[in-house]
Amino acid sequence: MKLNRENKLLIGLCTAAAILIAKLFSIQILDDKYKLSAENNTMVYTTIYPTRGIIHDRNGNILVGNKVAYDLMVTPKEVEEFDTLALCRVLDITPEFVKEKMDEFYRNRRRIGWQSVVMIKQIPPETYMKFAEVAYKFPGFRGQARSIREYPFNAGGNLLGYVSEVNASYIERHPDEYKAGDYAGMTGIEAAREKELRGHKGYNIWLRNSRNKIESRYRNGELDVEAVPGDDITTTIDAELQHYGQMLMNRKVGSLVAIEPSTGEILTLVSSPGIDVDQLANIGQHYKSISTDPYKPMFNRAVQASYPPGSVFKLVNGLIGLEEGVFTPNTQYPCSMGYHFGRNKLGCHAHKSPLNFEESIMMSCNAYYCYVLRALLENPKYGSIDEAMDKWNEYVKSFGFGQKLGSDFPSELGGNIPDSKYYNKVYNKGGWKATTVISLSIGQGEIGCTPLHLANLCATIANRGFYYTPHIIKDSDNVTIDPKYKEKNYTMVDTTHFHKVIGGMYRAVNSGYGSGGTASVAAVPGLDICGKTGTAQNPHGNDHSVFICFAPKDNPKIAVAAYVENGGFGATWAAPIASLLAEKYLNGEISDSRKPLEERMLNGDLLDRVKVKK
Amino acid sequence: MRSAGGYRNRGIAKTIDWSLVFCWLILILIGWANIYASVHASEPSSIFDFASRSGKQFVWMSTALVIAVFILFVIPPRIYESAALPIYVFVIFLLVAVIFLGIEVKGSRSWFEFGPVRFQPAEISKISTSLMLAAVMSQLGYRIGRWKDFIITAAIILIPMMIIIGQSETGSALVYVGFIFMLYREGLSGWLIFIVGMAILLFILTLTASPYVAVLVLAGVASLCICLYSGRFRWWLIICVPVIILFAFVPDIMEAIAATAAPADAVIAEEIAAEDPSFISKIKPLYILLGLIIAAIPFVAYQAFRERNTFTHLAIISALAGIVLVFSVDFLFNDVLQDHQRKRIEVLLGMKEDPSGVGYNVNQSMIAIGSGGLSGKGYLNGTQTTYGFVPEQSTDFIFCTIGEEWGFIGCTFVILLYVFLMWRIVKDAERSREAFTRIYGYCVACCIFMHLFINIGMTIGLMPVIGIPLPFISYGGSSLWGFTALLFIFIALDRNERKYF
Repeated sequence: MKLNRENKLLIGLCTAAAILIAKLFSIQILDDKYKLSAENNTMVYTTIYPTRGIIHDRNGNILVGNKVAYDLMVTPKEVEEFDTLALCRVLDITPEFVKEKMDEFYRNRRRIGWQSVVMIKQIPPETYMKFAEVAYKFPGFRGQARSIREYPFNAGGNLLGYVSEVNASYIERHPDEYKAGDYAGMTGIEAAREKELRGHKGYNIWLRNSRNKIESRYRNGELDVEAVPGDDITTTIDAELQHYGQMLMNRKVGSLVAIEPSTGEILTLVSSPGIDVDQLANIGQHYKSISTDPYKPMFNRAVQASYPPGSVFKLVNGLIGLEEGVFTPNTQYPCSMGYHFGRNKLGCHAHKSPLNFEESIMMSCNAYYCYVLRALLENPKYGSIDEAMDKWNEYVKSFGFGQKLGSDFPSELGGNIPDSKYYNKVYNKGGWKATTVISLSIGQGEIGCTPLHLANLCATIANRGFYYTPHIIKDSDNVTIDPKYKEKNYTMVDTTHFHKVIGGMYRAVNSGYGSGGTASVAAVPGLDICGKTGTAQNPHGNDHSVFICFAPKDNPKIAVAAYVENGGFGATWAAPIASLLAEKYLNGEISDSRKPLEERMLNGDLLDRVKVKK
Repeated sequence: MRSAGGYRNRGIAKTIDWSLVFCWLILILIGWANIYASVHASEPSSIFDFASRSGKQFVWMSTALVIAVFILFVIPPRIYESAALPIYVFVIFLLVAVIFLGIEVKGSRSWFEFGPVRFQPAEISKISTSLMLAAVMSQLGYRIGRWKDFIITAAIILIPMMIIIGQSETGSALVYVGFIFMLYREGLSGWLIFIVGMAILLFILTLTASPYVAVLVLAGVASLCICLYSGRFRWWLIICVPVIILFAFVPDIMEAIAATAAPADAVIAEEIAAEDPSFISKIKPLYILLGLIIAAIPFVAYQAFRERNTFTHLAIISALAGIVLVFSVDFLFNDVLQDHQRKRIEVLLGMKEDPSGVGYNVNQSMIAIGSGGLSGKGYLNGTQTTYGFVPEQSTDFIFCTIGEEWGFIGCTFVILLYVFLMWRIVKDAERSREAFTRIYGYCVACCIFMHLFINIGMTIGLMPVIGIPLPFISYGGSSLWGFTALLFIFIALDRNERKYF
């Protein structure tokens, strides 16, 4: 071929065509960018929200279910002139609200573009149906179905926790898991079991045109993904017992915790005052009033409040004393209205003297435990009081005190058990002796524990020396709990010593009035309740009323701890409440003879006694 | 085999270049199918529905067929040569008239409107100009090398071109640049194409890099040409290349010197700079380079004068013109070009990112074509083109529909079809014994080529957005008729030759 001008031009033509084809090859075959952009352009993913898992109680009752509500969505760009008043009438809102919202959308019009935004959240179906009938009059407005929480039982508001829309910081803390508009459990079981409960979102893929109008399903929905509902959760809670516990604690400040000793399963966990489940369902509306309530209903006292345990703690000191061998169950100590040391005295109430170990529990003698603690701390076995103190600390902690028990409940706190380091800091080394810290003997002073700790102590004693870490979730079809909840935790006290304590607890309840037993009010015929009262001194007001009990004595089914702030003597409020709960659980009903007591507890109002910062 | 004599035996079967006719037919059918694809979602109806664009295109296609038949069998081909001048003058008159009488479409006055029919005289101006060029350049004694002939030729091309620019249809005017290839075939110096190419390169370099780089490249190319022509290639390698490489680093070196010369204390440095700019910072590298070039010119010119080497003189003049161009780029770009044209060039050259504004069209068009992949999404299944992401899809951006629904294979097929068409036209033109037919044929090929390259180049981001149709495929009666007439006049001329030779 000659390289004449004709051929040069033809070569040029082919070169130009080759350039076009090469560029096409590059953008159509080599570069994926454009395919992705095309998808972004045309494919709209609409999220299908899964229904959250249902929360059952231990008997299969639904504690938390789901129901449908509607969010009113607005696509501002599609809104035409509409009858504002008609819209207000069907939706039961004010024209000012509509104006405010539409103004807000107008201000953000650039950001919103063709998107839809939520105007009103969670409209109940009845209201929504009224709107749906006339929806054609309001172009740009539509409803989006959404499943929200429903609570058939008024039980366990604090325990269950609430679900709300995730905010920016929550999304940041859970990267790639949540998007704006998702809901997540924020507190309680909803938060602790979020992973199981939330399920998996699905989506529909739609094709839209350049004006954001949906045109059709993408590939007839072949690639759509169904939402996977969340897993159901079975809790260890007994819904009816929980409800009853809440009734008993109504208008009182404190906690009521019940554990099944043979499993560590929490049957009831009441923190009073608590959050009503009606408020949970619509937490957004109630959040402000809840968070500003002076009685702090958000504060879950059962696992977060650090209280002095009071006389209930004598059981722990007694068990440590027996294990250490500083006294025997037959050891008798005198009590002359208290324990005298130097010019000081730790007072006690009138009861027989001297008395042995069982009697000391039955009558809750303070002096007895002053002797025991002193013998413990001045035990010549240990080189110094520091060493003895730390040994005591170790014993106490083996009961679960002074640390988080490790329940599956979020936001549990650990309380406090002092050690030598602490006292050396306060009093300087050598600046303190057994009598300085003598109030530890009766569960006062620097001891802080939660009602859950006390319930766990009770369960430990009921089990004669070990406990299962308390927990609120049971194994179910899709959920397996941590194996640690199935391991026995033994205390440092030998199991052979526990029956001696139980003897005292049995006599405290079942010796009858006039015997000196402190908890006769808690006695229920046939139930063999074993209990220990406590009256925790409170420098800020009335003493706190404390009681732990378990029943029956042999093969116990329930261990209860009741803590009633400013309730006075343990026997006044805590013992009746705890025993009623145990009776309800074991017998299913309250015996007639105890009905008046129940009545008194249900109606008792101690809120005025509680000093709150208003 | 062509047997001598007996042209009576040669019916239409043998005289018409059927491959061109088939090519034309396939292209307009492809166009029709893809116009339907690009509107079927927004105007859902049958492909024959006359209310929709595909239906209308069917009407245009039918009438185009009538035009084709009319040109082939009714109009005596001999008439074109003599009618070229009246047609040319008449079309020039239309082009001017439309400015005053036409309707305004998208900011330009280039359309006549007769009831439902719109018509753009610029479309037939391509035909009239081609005929006029063929008529003038086929005359005996015409030599493009002669100044008088060259100026007449240039005027024939530039007059309609300028009027069309006056209509604000710069895109259509650009097509006339394509005639340069025909001129090249007819003996125009290849250097002219080279100079046009260099001018475009300098323009782009000045905008995207800097005037300094443009002048340096110009100096390199000019010195290479001069040295090659005068047989001093080695001299160029030894002297010019090192100098040019050295100059490539001058801006960096000067910056480094300025940095070390500046006092350490920045505040003081600023004060000094404000009061008494240092000598070094005053001198820009560009001026050093220009000084050197201007100093070298008399020497080179004298050398050429002694050797009677006119090429070198022309090269020097061209180079100086290039330098003037570099310095006027700023003016041309900012003051001569219209706003939207400037933006389109800025977007193409990547000087500005503007995915939602001017860049939107190109971006969406490339997304549509790019997402087609190897074999496309299937007919009527394109998401980008169906759902209106690409603007002007049935007219200027029709190639997007082809790209998205037929993929790389479809695109390549269409391009190869055009290449075949042009190739065939060039071959027929070359075989022709009459200069008129040959020149006209080249004009047709050049027009089609310019439309093809600019249109497809625009949709895939190789060219700035210039709104001109894809021949035979884009929607529009005016364009389809124009190109059909353009092509079939050539087929008729070619047939006429086959009849008699």
